[in-house]
Amino acid sequence: MYVYDDFDRDFVAERNRQFRSQVQRRIDGSLTEDEFKPLRLMNGLYLQLHAYMLRVAIPFGSLNAVQMRKLAEIADRFDKGYGHFTTRQNIQYNWPRLPDVPDMLDALAEVGLHAIQTSGNTIRNVTSDHFAGAAADEIADPRPVAELIRQWSTDHPEFQFLPRKFKVAVTGSPVDRAVTRAHDIGLRMVVQAGEPGFEVIVGGGLGRTPMIGKVLRDYLPLADLLPYLEAVVSTYNLLGRRDNKYKARIKITVHENGLEKVRDLVEARFAEIAPQFDAAETTRQLTRIEGMFAAPALPDTADLAYQAAYQNDPVFRAWADTNLHAHRAPDHAIVTISLKAHGDTPGDATSDQMRLIADLAEVCGHNEIRISHEQNVILPHVARADLPALHKALRAQGLATANVGLISDIIACPGMDYCALATARSIPVAQEIATHFDALKLEHDIGPLKIKISGCINACGHHHVGHIGILGLDRAGVENYQITLGGDGSEDAHLGERTGPGFAYDQIVPAIERIVRAYLDLRLSRDETFLVAYRRVGIGPFKAALYDSEAEHAA
Amino acid sequence: MTRETRETRETLAQIVTANALIEGDVVYLAADGSWTRHLTQARVLDDKTEAEIALASADMRSSEVVGCYLAAVRMTPNGPEPAHFREDFRRRGPSNYAHGKQAAA
Repeated sequence: MYVYDDFDRDFVAERNRQFRSQVQRRIDGSLTEDEFKPLRLMNGLYLQLHAYMLRVAIPFGSLNAVQMRKLAEIADRFDKGYGHFTTRQNIQYNWPRLPDVPDMLDALAEVGLHAIQTSGNTIRNVTSDHFAGAAADEIADPRPVAELIRQWSTDHPEFQFLPRKFKVAVTGSPVDRAVTRAHDIGLRMVVQAGEPGFEVIVGGGLGRTPMIGKVLRDYLPLADLLPYLEAVVSTYNLLGRRDNKYKARIKITVHENGLEKVRDLVEARFAEIAPQFDAAETTRQLTRIEGMFAAPALPDTADLAYQAAYQNDPVFRAWADTNLHAHRAPDHAIVTISLKAHGDTPGDATSDQMRLIADLAEVCGHNEIRISHEQNVILPHVARADLPALHKALRAQGLATANVGLISDIIACPGMDYCALATARSIPVAQEIATHFDALKLEHDIGPLKIKISGCINACGHHHVGHIGILGLDRAGVENYQITLGGDGSEDAHLGERTGPGFAYDQIVPAIERIVRAYLDLRLSRDETFLVAYRRVGIGPFKAALYDSEAEHAA
Repeated sequence: MTRETRETRETLAQIVTANALIEGDVVYLAADGSWTRHLTQARVLDDKTEAEIALASADMRSSEVVGCYLAAVRMTPNGPEPAHFREDFRRRGPSNYAHGKQAAA
């Protein structure tokens, strides 16, 4: 866990002091909204449909227990007793009052958290693999590098007014759990001649023009990371379009100029600025950060209690089968705590739930908590022997839903229930799909299936990379939902293909059921997942299931 | 659909709406020039020019509200009703919790 030093503390305190004064001047009439808006956005404060919304950064999704308790306290003191974890590994508070926001930011600063660069045309919160430092398949923990990038990018004077927002994701594993190919820059750790470095992917992104990122550099040595990133963002800052907001992201810059031209410009800029970087100092800083992310000592433990519970308790077994992931230490497990209880809002946690998670992290999780881009919470280091007791404790707060990776583990953006940009609702669609398939008792039979829902084309719900993607639109004053199939956010990243005309609000759940039943009918065996089956048969059978039966009903 | 859209443009009345500066919640311009939390108390503007003038003057009250705009309403025996579902959500609150205006109702 990164621990703030005096520089970090002073920086955040000074920024909060400035913002407190800016809020005061807005309230007393010295600042107009046009003057205030860019200032509040730099500090993560939006104005949404029903209220202000404060977006707090959770750098690379890592929290400790004290920080989680502070998030719970803020939810109780300044909000309605809950928070919403997002696909960017942030937390959003949906109901703050403007005069309270400076106090919220001061409370966050007490535990080394902030809302800086969670909005605006800057380098946003750096995201990473939520299993970092624990997964058996990992080369190295990517979080020290992510923290280094956070420090480099925070308040970077050259990059406060980029053509558009800029998102960086880092993974240390060949298994991509950070959707690196859908980011402005994705960094995938690779090893060359025994030395870990990064494959640099550029120009990925979802939104209105979805694109899979392209490889700009096969291998970037770690020592060159910051000057190279600076060269990429600097090139984009000059080359990126400012005449049209919808063509301003780097994916369009790469698309319009070509990868070769962008690469040449980046390499030229890199050659120019690299000598100005103190590589030795960067290495020293990275080593210092790495010390703070040292893996906890995991004593060998017998897992008899786990074996007994697994054999004798079917509820525990179902949970263990879906919510655990292989830890590099075989007597430990990575636990995903589902924030997707059937019928609840994806990603929401009450303050009581947050406090329980904090307690459990301290008791049996080496004080580590992660937030995933799939809107769940992870305890990355739990001894298998402790799992039965952990499961029992989670049940008490409705946190033991056994559905990770299944049809009800849905990503959904806030949609038109909260978001001022949304064109339709997302949350109730997610709620209804979850409760519908739970009632049918089909969820475990269907197996791995990722549904992702966005309430507008900006695609915060990652619908393009959902196995089933749902996009909510406004069609002539009525909510309408388009479906895409075959999307994939993993290392084999693919964009989903649209099935055809969209469905009305009350027809979208039946449409999803027709797709799922078509899959169940055509799969070769239970081992053939939805995505594998889709790749085998293509979109045809699903289109037929969606639209032919609709024609029959109409006839 | 085309005919209905054309009809909508011609006949719908409008209200001035915004978000309150301090609380951020949805407000409507009332007949007495104050800001009300209730759509039923909103001043209904039938005339397009009158609506534009009301909007322009509301826009100047930046120490009270943020983001003024005109929203279409349908007149019913119960008063003005939102013409678009977005405005329906704004006057009610989110659908996943009984928060927002519906909590006070």
